[in-house]
Amino acid sequence: MKLSLPLAMLLVFSLAPAARAANEADYKAAYATAEAASKEAAGMRNQWTVTVSALAAARKAADGGDFDRAVAASKEAEALAKASIFQAISEKEAWKAMEIR
Amino acid sequence: MRARSALLLGSLGAALVAFALTSPRVVAADKVDPVADAKAFRNFFFQKFPDVKHEDFVNGPYSMNEDMKRQWQEKEEFPPYEFALDAGKEMFSTPFKNGKTYADCFPNGGIGIRQTYPYFDEKEGKVVTLELALNRCREANGEAPYSYVKDEMASLTAYMAFTSRGKPMDIRIPDDPRALAAFENGKRYFYTRRGQMNFSCASCHVQSPGERIRAEILAPALGILNAMPIYRSEWSGMGTTSRRFVTCNSQTRAVPLEPQADEYRDVEYFLSYVANGLPISGPGARP
Repeated sequence: MKLSLPLAMLLVFSLAPAARAANEADYKAAYATAEAASKEAAGMRNQWTVTVSALAAARKAADGGDFDRAVAASKEAEALAKASIFQAISEKEAWKAMEIR
Repeated sequence: MRARSALLLGSLGAALVAFALTSPRVVAADKVDPVADAKAFRNFFFQKFPDVKHEDFVNGPYSMNEDMKRQWQEKEEFPPYEFALDAGKEMFSTPFKNGKTYADCFPNGGIGIRQTYPYFDEKEGKVVTLELALNRCREANGEAPYSYVKDEMASLTAYMAFTSRGKPMDIRIPDDPRALAAFENGKRYFYTRRGQMNFSCASCHVQSPGERIRAEILAPALGILNAMPIYRSEWSGMGTTSRRFVTCNSQTRAVPLEPQADEYRDVEYFLSYVANGLPISGPGARP
């Protein structure tokens, strides 16, 4: 009975797909998606500085060969860009709620 | 059954009355009415801060805090913008290579006119700020334009503001749909949240004037541009209106627009118009 937990864990780990390190192709795909979202935000004149920083961090990590970090930073940039797009869309009407009348 | 019908008819009647009463207001709210907007804007601040003299709003955070005001008044005996003022006066009177000066580009030789900027240029169909007009003057006379966020522009506008000190802001909105659109666009920009911090200009300068944001006391939006340009201790130097907008955007973690972008020109138009009647106090000094 005492052995059942370690055995179960071994079984789970052996069945789980092994996490592999990100490669350059993963980074390029993640970066392209993030960059597209960032360009969309910039087109709406609602770019965030943190998106630009995250994209720069992704490029820097990729230049250093750290594709895990580059993919993570790209995904962060994508999430930030999407949030800024959401903000720009919602503020098209929401600003009126703040207006002094 | 009869009671139910009566109740239904009564509810319908009440709904129709409510609709009739609210619908004109909706239409009125969507119509661009700068006069009503300015009145509401001023009243908001006058009611929120009943002890502040109306003309004192142009002194920004000093109108909100007595201790700061006393310190500032002492500092004004040897104001930190004095060097910029002297430099601006010299620059203003120094001829360009073609022999002309800034005075040739402006009405009344550029003296005592700051309160009329920005204005709506009906030929161009856009708002023209003082900073923009100064650079256009330079370019028209074969000179390279100055940076909108650096000392030269701040010095020139400081001198021009000084010659208008005490004059009431006097911004006109001509009967031109493009001018009304520019005003509305400026208003929209002022109230729109941006940046990762999700702040609008109004978040600080309408909702929280007099409150602290970190070590600073926030200035009221009313009359905030009357003191421009300003010497900021935080910057250890002078700052133009353009620099102020760019910095505000960065502080909310929004990528700033290019100086003198249409949005910045329009928000300057909006903020200046609602401050009509309040005196020019620039150049100013801020912590």
